[in-house]
Amino acid sequence: MDPSSFQPIDCDVHPAIPTTRALLPYLDAYWREHITRRGLEADNLELNSFPSNAPLNSRPDWRPERGPAGADLTLLRRHVLDTFRSRYAILNVLNGAQILHSEDLSAALCRGINRWIAAEWLDRDPRLRASITVPVLSPELAAEEIERCAEDKRFVQVLLLSQTEMPLGRRQYWPVYRAAEKHGLPIGIHAGSAQFHPPSATGWFSYYLEDYVQHAQGFAGTLNSLLTEGVFVKFPKLRVVLIESGVTWFPAYMWRINKTWRGVRAETPWQERVPSEVIRENVRLTVQPFDAPDTVAQVKTLLEEIGSDQMLLFSTDYPHWHFDGADAVPEGLPPDLIGKILVDNPLETYPRLAQPDLA
Amino acid sequence: MNVTLLNPQIETSQQSHLGFIDCDVHPYFKSPAEFDAFLPQKWREHRASVGGRTRQGLAKASNYPRMSPGVGQRMDAWPPDGSHPGSDLPFMQLQLLDKFNVAYGLLAPLVGGGAGERNIDFGAAMATAVNDWQLARFCDPDPRLKGAVQINIEHEKAAIAEIEARAGDRRFAQVNIPPRSIEPLGRRRYWPILEACAANGFPVSLHLGGTAGHASTGGGHPSFYHDEHPSYVQSMAALVTSLVCEGVFEHLPNLKVVLVEGGFAWLPALSWRLDNTWKALKAEVPFLRRKPSEYVRQNIWVTTQPIEEPERPADMLSTLEWIGVDRVMFSTDYPHWDQDDPRFAFKVPLPEDWKRKIYHDNAMAVYGFE
Repeated sequence: MDPSSFQPIDCDVHPAIPTTRALLPYLDAYWREHITRRGLEADNLELNSFPSNAPLNSRPDWRPERGPAGADLTLLRRHVLDTFRSRYAILNVLNGAQILHSEDLSAALCRGINRWIAAEWLDRDPRLRASITVPVLSPELAAEEIERCAEDKRFVQVLLLSQTEMPLGRRQYWPVYRAAEKHGLPIGIHAGSAQFHPPSATGWFSYYLEDYVQHAQGFAGTLNSLLTEGVFVKFPKLRVVLIESGVTWFPAYMWRINKTWRGVRAETPWQERVPSEVIRENVRLTVQPFDAPDTVAQVKTLLEEIGSDQMLLFSTDYPHWHFDGADAVPEGLPPDLIGKILVDNPLETYPRLAQPDLA
Repeated sequence: MNVTLLNPQIETSQQSHLGFIDCDVHPYFKSPAEFDAFLPQKWREHRASVGGRTRQGLAKASNYPRMSPGVGQRMDAWPPDGSHPGSDLPFMQLQLLDKFNVAYGLLAPLVGGGAGERNIDFGAAMATAVNDWQLARFCDPDPRLKGAVQINIEHEKAAIAEIEARAGDRRFAQVNIPPRSIEPLGRRRYWPILEACAANGFPVSLHLGGTAGHASTGGGHPSFYHDEHPSYVQSMAALVTSLVCEGVFEHLPNLKVVLVEGGFAWLPALSWRLDNTWKALKAEVPFLRRKPSEYVRQNIWVTTQPIEEPERPADMLSTLEWIGVDRVMFSTDYPHWDQDDPRFAFKVPLPEDWKRKIYHDNAMAVYGFE
């Protein structure tokens, strides 16, 4: 279904940094010199989780003649913003700067990315908003960057990758959640792995197909950690958006963690509420990929099992390839839900979107 | 703080669940020295000195302590003589086999450490010992109990030799492969072992647990048993993904794979995700001549425990349909803390023919019992 009549809010769009060199003007002088001295501006910091030329990551008709898909604002407008008449689109940068082992280098590049996004995207199109890119290995420096970017109300979310060094609920990460909650910024957890660990307890897969499929399971582990560590108890106002996680995995996931909680909650006594209740209050999912079942009847059942009209957020996941043409809305969604997914739920999840237009 | 949750205890006990086949029963030892009778002298000595060595920091305890004594046993399953749950055959008969008139119980011995042992010669020796031990202590005294051939997955030669040595011995129902090997099971390095299973008519059971030394999740080590326990689902999903996407089932269309103790409600969404993702990435896996979900439907069975409990009990029926009622086999996981009781496991009444299949007929077909 083509959502353009609703003027949707697109909650997951990926601008590509054409080369690391593009960030140089946005770095502090020290880092500009340091990076150039080491030749790092020539590095392509593409993530293993998202090889840019893989068909899944680059819909054929969205691929430019040169350079990675998603690097060109003109094309972004033509392909999604104007096509879908989006009222807003939230930009999420997928880049290895987040996962570099050197915390200071990572923080410097992330700061550069945030400045680059503001200057070359947000400043050029009033429909655009962005997530704050932060160094995942340093929660302290990440919190500092959140403080710095929060002033600019066009930053509407903090961006993390779902699989890094430790499960994201662990207390070492709490400075990030504290800062985000303070500023009313949701935490956007995006599919992807720093690959500090293999995708599963059983080691490294051979194929990209397998890695990508396993992201849904990665999200299960991530969300379990947020719940069991009590992140939502400590930060009750925190919202978490699972971005590009798939959708249909969710009901069976909730059933399992609910049952585990009933049996094992003595270990985590701060978890006083059944997980699915906390999830429905605090967690949202973007809709692409949907991982659609075979029939519309199954979609209906799955939506009932998800059990919340507020859970799903529209996204194209541009330029990743999850739908053809303008068919951005998964098939089988009941009409009364579509408007919520396309507009109401994103507005409710990202309070900053509702603010009047910003300079 | 106690909160009443809507969770009715629906007793669905009807005659058709009695005489069921239990696809997951855990035998234990009264003392580790029990294995000595089945070990060559040099390994007896090794076991008593350096001992078993796994890929985790603690030598003798689990990284994720369980919630009940005996490493996560049912509180009422301790035999009268105080020995470990599952170690006393008469008590197992009382609590499980005779009580429910169990037709067959498939053993999953998570003992001996042979499967994950780093010294692969010791591991192979322990695997053989555990196989002999199963027969002597359980399968021969009570032929309702069927053994599972233990192997050390990293010792290809010994594993194949063990599989071939047990081939044709109907006291063994399947080969048990530890689901946390160093690499995902679909990787080609393991194909000779899978080929041996298929060639010798053994289904492969993948019973969760253990560690290959990798973190339980792709995002690192959980803190709690609370998030470790559900990570078994993530490992099971990884196994299905690997077996399917590497083309194992294209290569071995007759190989039966049984997923044990992972639950099952997650399987339909994994199948859809595999199909949808594969559409854009077919060129990477050109040897797959069919949709991934077709391989799942052809080669994979699931056991029920720990059975998921949908918030709307009736959703269990659609979940079973989506997997295929003929691919689901009942298991208790006796005597673990989270075991399922056949009278209460399903919170929704099942159609009569579904019950016959899930509790009995599917396992009869998969394992070729008479």
